[in-house]
Amino acid sequence: MKRRDFIKNTAVGGVLLPQFLNGFSLKAIAQTSLMPASGHEQINDRVLVLIQLNGGNDGLNTVIPVDQYGAYQAARPNIALPQNKVLKLNGADAMALHPALAEIQQLFNEGKAGIVQAVSYPKPNFSHFRATDIWMTGSDSDKVLNTGWAGRYLNDSFPGFPDKYPNEIMPDPLAIQVGSVVASAFQGPAFTMGLAISNPANFYNLIEDKTDATSNTRWGEQLAYLEKVSQKTDQYAGVIKKAALSITRQSEKYPAPGKNPLADQLKIVARLVAGGLRTKVYLVSTGSFDTHAKQAEPDDTTTGTHAQLLRRVSEAVGAFMDDLKGLNVADRVMGMTFSEFGRRIKSNASGGTDHGAAAPVFYFGNVVKAGVIGTNPQLPTTATVNDNVAMQYDFRSVYATVLQQWLNLPPNEVQQVLMGPFPLLPMV
Amino acid sequence: MESTEATTRLETFRGKWSDEDVKHLLKRTMFGAKPDDVVHVRTLTPRKALKELLADEPAPPPPINNYNDNKFTDDEIMPGETWTTSINYDGTNNGRRRNSFKAWWLGLMLNQNRTLREKMVVFWHNHFATEANMVDNALMCYRHNALLRQHALGNFKELVKAITKDPAMLKYLNGTASNKKAPDENYGRELQELFTVGKGPGSQYTEADVKAAAKVLTGFRNDTITFVSLFDPGRHDSSDKTFSGFYQNTTIKGRRGPDGEQELDDLLTMIFAQDEVARFICRKLYRFFVYHQIDANTEATIITPLADVFRANNYEIKPVLCELFGSQHFFEAMNRGAMIKSPLDYTVGLCREFGIAFPESTDYADQYGLWLAVQNQTAAMQQNIGDPPNVAGWPAYYQEPMFDKLWVNSDTLPKRNVFTDGMTNGAIGRNGKKLAIDVLTFTQTLPNPADPVALIDDAVRRLYMLELPEKDKQYIKTSILLSGLQDMMSDHYWTQAWQNLTAKPDDTVNKTNVTRKLKSLYKYLMNLPQYQLT
Repeated sequence: MKRRDFIKNTAVGGVLLPQFLNGFSLKAIAQTSLMPASGHEQINDRVLVLIQLNGGNDGLNTVIPVDQYGAYQAARPNIALPQNKVLKLNGADAMALHPALAEIQQLFNEGKAGIVQAVSYPKPNFSHFRATDIWMTGSDSDKVLNTGWAGRYLNDSFPGFPDKYPNEIMPDPLAIQVGSVVASAFQGPAFTMGLAISNPANFYNLIEDKTDATSNTRWGEQLAYLEKVSQKTDQYAGVIKKAALSITRQSEKYPAPGKNPLADQLKIVARLVAGGLRTKVYLVSTGSFDTHAKQAEPDDTTTGTHAQLLRRVSEAVGAFMDDLKGLNVADRVMGMTFSEFGRRIKSNASGGTDHGAAAPVFYFGNVVKAGVIGTNPQLPTTATVNDNVAMQYDFRSVYATVLQQWLNLPPNEVQQVLMGPFPLLPMV
Repeated sequence: MESTEATTRLETFRGKWSDEDVKHLLKRTMFGAKPDDVVHVRTLTPRKALKELLADEPAPPPPINNYNDNKFTDDEIMPGETWTTSINYDGTNNGRRRNSFKAWWLGLMLNQNRTLREKMVVFWHNHFATEANMVDNALMCYRHNALLRQHALGNFKELVKAITKDPAMLKYLNGTASNKKAPDENYGRELQELFTVGKGPGSQYTEADVKAAAKVLTGFRNDTITFVSLFDPGRHDSSDKTFSGFYQNTTIKGRRGPDGEQELDDLLTMIFAQDEVARFICRKLYRFFVYHQIDANTEATIITPLADVFRANNYEIKPVLCELFGSQHFFEAMNRGAMIKSPLDYTVGLCREFGIAFPESTDYADQYGLWLAVQNQTAAMQQNIGDPPNVAGWPAYYQEPMFDKLWVNSDTLPKRNVFTDGMTNGAIGRNGKKLAIDVLTFTQTLPNPADPVALIDDAVRRLYMLELPEKDKQYIKTSILLSGLQDMMSDHYWTQAWQNLTAKPDDTVNKTNVTRKLKSLYKYLMNLPQYQLT
């Protein structure tokens, strides 16, 4: 045997042996082969951006039912917004927006944003965790699914993932989550279909090849090495980096980095979309909308926690849309917000609101059908502590609409992904 | 701040045990530190603990026929009976038996007793590397392995002698092809270069010494029916063999007839008279168990005195290990978490630390099948036991300057992550039996799982040798356990979910909810670079 030659050939640069014994991959193919391989014919260049408002957003203080102002104010005197401060929506006089939503108002009035009223599902669940799972998986509230709705869509549209990817048709991640853990929305039948690119600070470390560990110790030195390899070896790190680095100028409307975490995340998304990634779905998130206490300042209800949270969303979406326009990709992107639930009609004694049911969804984009879908929630004249906003639209109708009309998934496959028929909404 | 320079020598460790000390000791001397083992060893004195770790054990039962299926039936060996009694060899049974052997060996690691033996078997396997692919005989591979296990904590000189006459080694390094007309230099070279005096600065054997040793070693061959080795005087070169100044110009007197075999003893006596043998082995032990880098200071204060202990004890292995693992230096903070886990530490360690359940021996087909599945995963991460890349063993144990960093590259790191994700999701299975981390059970063994802060602290402590920065733990808490609920007041959502589950353990929704979050938590923790370190 020629040991020396072998050592010479394999030294230092890392041992490159053929990939073998990959039991996982084989098993995974076997598992997914039962899924229909619909092929790529319906794949277009459109992108869906999901904005998760963590914690349960108070829909009644987001889209204010001005046609029932008396009942609204009576139900929540300590947090109700003054009528003269709410933001008007062109062509929709019955409702108005929280004063912090200036950019969303502007988009709406320009015909680039819309609202779906009172989105929920039958028998709503009031646990953050459970309700989030329901939204992420697209399940009925009494069923538990182990796959996510977007994961099922991606698995259907990109058969053979991950073994046959990246490839020429799809060289990029199918879905990207800005955050540390890939949301269960992206969970496919066997694999997660999404890629987490971690929080903005780490994203820049990836782009800049920086590592965190600087400790001058034996373990610190090993850790720095591992972080470096970890950055370099993500099979998608190269394409992500290339896409990100190709964009050198972005909108000046973004707040300074670190000031608005959602804006930081959307800025990354814009950069990747414009940089040429064919990634279909992005998920960003911001919290915490869990406003049990001090939701608004008693002396000025247009200020306080909720106002700050909504301002972040509005500011971030406004800057994002401006950025997409400047980068010439605005026609390719549609965004929507969602929260695991809304909050109760009646406020509580701590100047907050407790876990509730339905809430509005915002959607936006250059080519969406703007307007309000649905009507204001019916508020009781004397709200009690258990009164909830009733559902008008099942959240899976929203999913069905974006899958079929935005992402061009054929109707029968939409039904398969969502495990049932859901009526479409005039969003696109 | 800790420095990278050693400050302690080989003086005896006198600290009071902490969990961290015990974990460090167990992770380095065994495959992973199982919670039960940590608890047990903490009750012992360091001295008593080492005594237990170095205790002798009876040989394990041999591998069995787990391999009959609809394509193959072993007519000679009943299912569940050992095939190591059979000398019948053909291409079909051999492949199956080799897999059985590898599965069995992996199983021994998974089910190791609280001793150093299995780790030392891997150490010696890496040292006397033979490749099952080239030996191409499962019985010889098994016997070679049994030999390593028998001598793993015994006498090194005796081990070298046994290995020299071992049929697998004779075949692997061409000893069987060597005779007086054409002495093959392969084993004569590796005996010196890789197995005894090594290639260090204190080793100056010459090419002539390689040739001379090759002549001494002529005459050994294998019986091709029974696969045992024998000495064949007719093939032995009985001339006198003279060695270089490095060996004090020793001449090994040529012997005729059956006495020719005794020249091997003369050769080993000559080689083991060189101080470099002990130093070479002690350096290798140090790199395997403590840290890859040996600077001048470490050489002087650790390696040299260890080598003295080795020689003073006539090459008995236990006193050296006792000295090393009982030293202040071994427990020094800078050596914690300073090694990148080998693939075996990674896979077997995970299974043991998470208490992964494997089928019972009554269900040996699935038991072996799942042991082999873990072996295959480990092989994909570039540590295929039984088949090291070449006779020098795995580069991560010797290749400067990278050493253990070589375990991790663009191919293997994603595979490590796929493995931990797969074990979390139950992706490895056979006949409906899955290997999976039971995240609920594991979490229940933590001191305070209802408190998300304590849960993350304790999980990190259980899984890593290093602390995780506070900001990272905070991030994990809010983004994984609390799904982005960022206020301190939200901790109770986790507590509530945990308590709901405790109150109604069979509630599917609750269970799925908590399980999903815990899976994300452990997956994330195992994907961080800290988990690669031991």
